Amino acid sequence: MTVRNNGRDPFVHLTKRAPVSALAGLLIRAGAFVFAVLLCAIVVWIMIGVDPITFLKTMFTGSFGIQKLENAKNFTSFWRIFTSSYFWTTFKTGCKLLLLAVALAPAFKMKFWNIGAEGQFLAGAISATYIMFNYPGLNPVVLLILMLTVSLIAGAIWGIVPALFKAKWGTNETLFTLMMNYIAIKIVDFFFNKWRGTKSALGIINIDSEAGWLRSLWKGSESAWFRNEDLIFMVTVLIIAVLMYYYLRLTKHGYEIAVVGDSQNTARYAGISVRKVIIRTMALSGALCGLCGFLCVSSQGHTVNSNLAGGYGFTAIIVAWLSRFNTFTMVGVSLLIVALENGSALMSNTYSDLGFSVAFGKIIVGVMLLFVIGCEFFINYKVVFRARKTQKEAVEA
Amino acid sequence: MENKRTPVIQLKGITKRFGTKVLANDNITMDILDGEVLALLGENGSGKTTLLNMLSGIYYPDSGEIYVKGRRVSIKSPHDAFLLGIGMIHQHFKLVNVFTATENIVLGLKEKGGLDLKAAANRIREICDEYGFDVNPNQKVYDMTVSQKQTLEIVKALYRGADILILDEPTAVLTPQETEKLFSVIRNMQAAGKTIIIITHKLQEVLAISDRVAILRKGEYIATVKTSEATVSSLTEMMVGKSVGLNIERPEVKERSLRLKVSGLSCRNADNIEVLKDVSFEAYSGEILGVAGISGCGQKEMLEAIAGLQKLEPGAEITYTHPSGETETLIGKSPKQIRKMGVSLSFVPEDRLGMGLVGGMGMVDNMLLKDYNRGPSPLTDKKPSKELAERIHDELGVVTPSLSTPVRMLSGGNVQKVLVGRELASAPTVLMTAYAVRGLDINTSYVIYDLLNEQKQKGVAVIFVGEELDVLLALSDRILVLCGGRISGILDARTATKEQVGYLMTNIPEAEEGGNADDSQK
Repeated sequence: MTVRNNGRDPFVHLTKRAPVSALAGLLIRAGAFVFAVLLCAIVVWIMIGVDPITFLKTMFTGSFGIQKLENAKNFTSFWRIFTSSYFWTTFKTGCKLLLLAVALAPAFKMKFWNIGAEGQFLAGAISATYIMFNYPGLNPVVLLILMLTVSLIAGAIWGIVPALFKAKWGTNETLFTLMMNYIAIKIVDFFFNKWRGTKSALGIINIDSEAGWLRSLWKGSESAWFRNEDLIFMVTVLIIAVLMYYYLRLTKHGYEIAVVGDSQNTARYAGISVRKVIIRTMALSGALCGLCGFLCVSSQGHTVNSNLAGGYGFTAIIVAWLSRFNTFTMVGVSLLIVALENGSALMSNTYSDLGFSVAFGKIIVGVMLLFVIGCEFFINYKVVFRARKTQKEAVEA
Repeated sequence: MENKRTPVIQLKGITKRFGTKVLANDNITMDILDGEVLALLGENGSGKTTLLNMLSGIYYPDSGEIYVKGRRVSIKSPHDAFLLGIGMIHQHFKLVNVFTATENIVLGLKEKGGLDLKAAANRIREICDEYGFDVNPNQKVYDMTVSQKQTLEIVKALYRGADILILDEPTAVLTPQETEKLFSVIRNMQAAGKTIIIITHKLQEVLAISDRVAILRKGEYIATVKTSEATVSSLTEMMVGKSVGLNIERPEVKERSLRLKVSGLSCRNADNIEVLKDVSFEAYSGEILGVAGISGCGQKEMLEAIAGLQKLEPGAEITYTHPSGETETLIGKSPKQIRKMGVSLSFVPEDRLGMGLVGGMGMVDNMLLKDYNRGPSPLTDKKPSKELAERIHDELGVVTPSLSTPVRMLSGGNVQKVLVGRELASAPTVLMTAYAVRGLDINTSYVIYDLLNEQKQKGVAVIFVGEELDVLLALSDRILVLCGGRISGILDARTATKEQVGYLMTNIPEAEEGGNADDSQK
């Protein structure tokens, strides 16, 4: 029945910091990144034996280098070389990640944790492919519009289903959207196996007719630089990112999303139908993921498989959070992540004989992201260690 | 007989502050005697729960000493309290829904040896037989009624060897029959030598069950009296204090007309407990209708029902009369529909940041809340909001780094100014405010009173839910008193006394029980 009283504060505790200025925040983040790069360079030096200068040079070449890729040796014109450079690949892949992150922005701003971008993307991709596979004879314009429409609808359905359940029965949207991913993956697997038949892989669809390819719109005519499929993809994504920025900031819908995300009670008080906003916003979020699926099928691989999103549906969550749902910041963050991936991919290509495996490259990317994300913590919180005198007080007590 | 008892707990100079402004307990010195039933009585915010939370290890006093059984102790956690034999039954039960009664009771116990649920269940049955509890050890908590959950909490405390039991408003959630049952087990526990402390507002229950009554008022200890020597009126007077003259104006408005007629309002909360029972009243333009009551007696639900935010039991009527004389029903309408009907209803809810404002937005965006939807354009029009925000900022003297600083970062008084300012700006015909001056300093409070009077003179029907009786009596024209979700009386504020209101807050007069209590001076 004795009550012990050691009267001590905890060894460390955290207190919230006063907000730092925008410039200081930027400098801290940049500093964390530089520190992470240097740390990785040193680790690589010690473990693989590649000196830091070579490491940095290779990382840069793999991410932003203008050097042409291996398989682009025969190209002569600058434009052809440029569009097959590392630089171009990074931008192209970055835009894919960006569009998924932009699609998540409205849902996350509403505090609806949609982690189903992967599934919504695949729902859009498979339904676009279904049309492309089964109706290659249609007029190219009609075919592409049809593909676009069904992919938007499929993505939206994948977003609306968890929203409906959440609005009606209060189910957990995180689990629900996650599970919807696996349904989409299995549906894609099903069609993939059905369509490939006895072949070992599905291969590129409509390789001869180019039906359902974005470039079928100008087939036969001169391939001018602005008719590049990748370029159209990138420009579309950037336009959507800008539109989303203003959708969230200036429109009535955007205002409703912000209010619902802050407090559903306040939303009801203001006469906003919370259920309607949740369903509408998830339809938008899903439809944009579906759009990304359509664009990837029609402009990039011209085929489908369950790994088409390549995990970017999940990486997009990191992008959205790191950017605090600001779609302009997302542009930079997506590029950074893809650049790191591509840089370390070139490292593992070049130095695999020294032991720089693909897995090692992923560790490097992971360490850098950890520093960038970790510094957010120190921007927001101060770590306070126990002062010595409290121990003296404890002895007295 | 009581004077033979020795103190089991002594409190000496206990003080507890929250922040710099709120002094919850001010230098409280009192004794709790061994084997007694002590009732702790006081209005909202008088510091009852805070004081007992310091005995149960939830809070730690800023200064002062606690002695248990003659020994100085330091209670730093509920575990410390448990070791001292103190068990508290909170208003909100702390049970795991998917566990059985037995599992909940043994949860967190550090007993030697393996977990023997059978032995535990047998001990629970013994305790139940001894005191007359009715608990099935194998019943899951989600299958239990509120009363059964409460009983389980008490058994849990006894199982852990508590001999001092603290019950925080135990009867608030019980029906009269369940209350009677609770009282009989309290008597059994007392007969077995336990000490019991009950926090309560209900004077009749205090008189029925306790040996002594301790009264707190605004964080101060007033007195402890023997229940046998106390009466309802003597306790009321100690609880509410003497009337304080306040210099609040009450302008006379000649023209009054019916604005809002409410009848038969009943509703249930999420736990299916009836929180409003057959409430009927009328509100007139050009008057302030004060609403008094212990907190949680249905004030919030009553205002939310009128604003279209509550699901009501069938049979309710809310009729709004336009200044032109047309009448319309507000039942079943959403806030947006009410607005579309041309009914200008302003509502300052109790939860300012959780309902009235968007904490993460600045003043300008918050001004937009109720009419962001104006106009056919898909874009919001922030220009009028910006002007309004600037006007409120200047006229009410809101202190904020900028108009776009999230209102969450502002102090309570400034948050309230932003909210009240917005609600008044929409030129309401009915204005409802819940605890409009809670947490505000004197000057800001008077600014709010003046604004309300100004609205009243403009012909607005003002409904003012308040907690300070002196303010209610000085500001209102009529006072509606709620007690446990019912109207216990509607008084003329010019002639009513503080004791009358205090009595009605804790008692429903027999004659009016269940009936329509709207007997105003009209």
